[in-house]
Amino acid sequence: MKKGNDHGKNKYGMVIDIDKCTGCGTCMVACAAENNVSVRADQSDKERTITWMNLYKISNGKEFPHTEVSYFPRPCMHCDHHPPCVSVCVSTATKLDFNTGIVSQIYTRCIGCRYCQAACPYGARYFNWWDVFPQDKGMDRYLTPEVSPRMRGVVEKCTFCHHRRMRAKTLAYAEDRREIEEGEYVTACTEACPAQAITFGDLNNPEHEVSKLIKHPFTFRLLERIGTEPKVYYHSTRDWIRKLGDNFLPGEYTPVVNQTWAEEEWSTKPGRDEF
Amino acid sequence: MDSPLLPHGVKRCSTWAFFFWTLPWVALLAWGGLSAFLCLWKGLNQTNMSNIFAFALWIVFDLAIIALGAGAFFTGFLTYVMGQKELKNIIKPAVIIGFICYSGAMAMLGIDIGQPIRGWFIFWHANIHSMLVEVSFCITCYLMVLAIEFIPIILENRKLEEIKELRIFGHNLHEIMAVFAATGTFLSFFHQGSLGGMFGVMYARPFAAREGFYIWPWTFFLFILSAIACGPCFTILCTKLTEFFTRKKLVPDSAIQLLAKISAWLLSLYVVLKIADYLGWMYGIIPRSGLTFESFFREGPYGVYLIVLEMILCGILPAIILMLPKARQNQGWLIIACLLNCTGIVLNRFLFIVVTLAIPVMPFDRFWGYLPTWQEWGIGMAVVGYGFLLFSAAYRYLPIFPQERELNPITE
Repeated sequence: MKKGNDHGKNKYGMVIDIDKCTGCGTCMVACAAENNVSVRADQSDKERTITWMNLYKISNGKEFPHTEVSYFPRPCMHCDHHPPCVSVCVSTATKLDFNTGIVSQIYTRCIGCRYCQAACPYGARYFNWWDVFPQDKGMDRYLTPEVSPRMRGVVEKCTFCHHRRMRAKTLAYAEDRREIEEGEYVTACTEACPAQAITFGDLNNPEHEVSKLIKHPFTFRLLERIGTEPKVYYHSTRDWIRKLGDNFLPGEYTPVVNQTWAEEEWSTKPGRDEF
Repeated sequence: MDSPLLPHGVKRCSTWAFFFWTLPWVALLAWGGLSAFLCLWKGLNQTNMSNIFAFALWIVFDLAIIALGAGAFFTGFLTYVMGQKELKNIIKPAVIIGFICYSGAMAMLGIDIGQPIRGWFIFWHANIHSMLVEVSFCITCYLMVLAIEFIPIILENRKLEEIKELRIFGHNLHEIMAVFAATGTFLSFFHQGSLGGMFGVMYARPFAAREGFYIWPWTFFLFILSAIACGPCFTILCTKLTEFFTRKKLVPDSAIQLLAKISAWLLSLYVVLKIADYLGWMYGIIPRSGLTFESFFREGPYGVYLIVLEMILCGILPAIILMLPKARQNQGWLIIACLLNCTGIVLNRFLFIVVTLAIPVMPFDRFWGYLPTWQEWGIGMAVVGYGFLLFSAAYRYLPIFPQERELNPITE
């Protein structure tokens, strides 16, 4: 894998503010509806349901009244440079687009070997265990015309709603513009979040909100130390949440509040763990 | 009834006895056939695989039988390339076992992939960075090599040998077998290695990830070594099983002892290197990922006992038994050591496949467990049934043990 997308034009990414997330699940629903994610009458088998955007409930593990609960919304991390899933795919059915940074899946080329699922540490890849949508229920009328439904036996994943980017680009070209503006292309989950916890944009563009947010000392990524380089960032003022973003040996984790440079630069409030 | 087809000068059971012997294996095949039909017709929802256990029983079975089938290429290498003439007495059954293992694995993979009709995409849209592509290419080519190695054995059938053209063809094939043995060795080295590489390169799964040399993680080399250490033992086990059922001595002890001795050295080397690999992983990759060895076994059904079993009971112990000439010359100990050695390899593959996937990487995720459905067992058992059927038929109709006549003279 060449380090190509550092020189690519765009590098899309998102920052999810955990402190704003209420765990309402609207992002999951919006994502599923937008991307024609297959559903079954009984969705209780959670090992086999498809949720491109998944919500993990987390807790600080303390007894009442110190209990705190929060949520990790988890889309595909769109790992940079060398995504664990891309190099393993046998039939080149998944690739990292160096112009957008999006890790995409070619459904009609996937043979369903599921090696990519085994390689992904985030569980962001889903296999179609059943045929798409219950037939003859009129559900096809609810499909998004820009997104192809997936056949049984292939792997699918979050695409950062790249059909929305195509739509935004078409609109820009129609208006004789070469570039799309910030906010013209956002994912369905970003748009739907009632708490506005998700910020989406181009990490390569210093004007975009996301490229500013990712420099914040309270911003972190999931499993950073194994080297996947996710383009999905999280933001939280709470230390116990940031600590849950990665695996740490005892004594390895340093709370951000203890770092004076962070206080000086950002004049942030101390983490709530301190109280 | 089928006596004109039986080899000259050897004793075989009656046609009826053979027919009844095949029934349980045919039943296993029927069970597998039904399972395969359901999986192909209704989809992989018939299994208990999931988005967590993307690889499960079938892949464990595949990797296990491919490792066990390594006896074919390795015995071929020793016989034809290294010139170990003694092993000519066991090379034919070794080739047949290899053919059974590899063809069975290929058939299972055909059902395991979600879109079997697109299987050829592996070759058409090959991603050269993927270890699984290397595995697929080498296994496919090697299965062809095994088929070529199997043909002259089939042509030795009494009736087929009567046809002059076939006899000449078979004889000529036999003459150039060293070329195929060398090709098979080359292909096998790479796919056994790539099967290990498949797991070692999963750098985002600290339980499986390994460092290595250039593009090859250590698992690449360890899988080759473990396969050639256990392959000969599996060949010995299959021969001993045939001897048990036929109540005859089929292979001279010298051939068995030579294989056992080679296996002993390879297994000992493997165990030493595997311990080094475990230590390097425990003090390298695991702490670098922010984890501890114990954290992998905090919950769930898969405990550290699996590694203890793999390394001590099924690694060090069989290596010691096979190393001691007195012990390996004792039938009982030899069989126990071979069984343990083969079990150890299956455990090793199980750890890399199922346990890797059961352990969450994200700190807030949970541990998972997995039990196969009857359909999954059905496909696995069908390979066992197929193996017994093909091997029994080969034993009955082909002279696969050259020393059988000398060791069992018919006294009438």
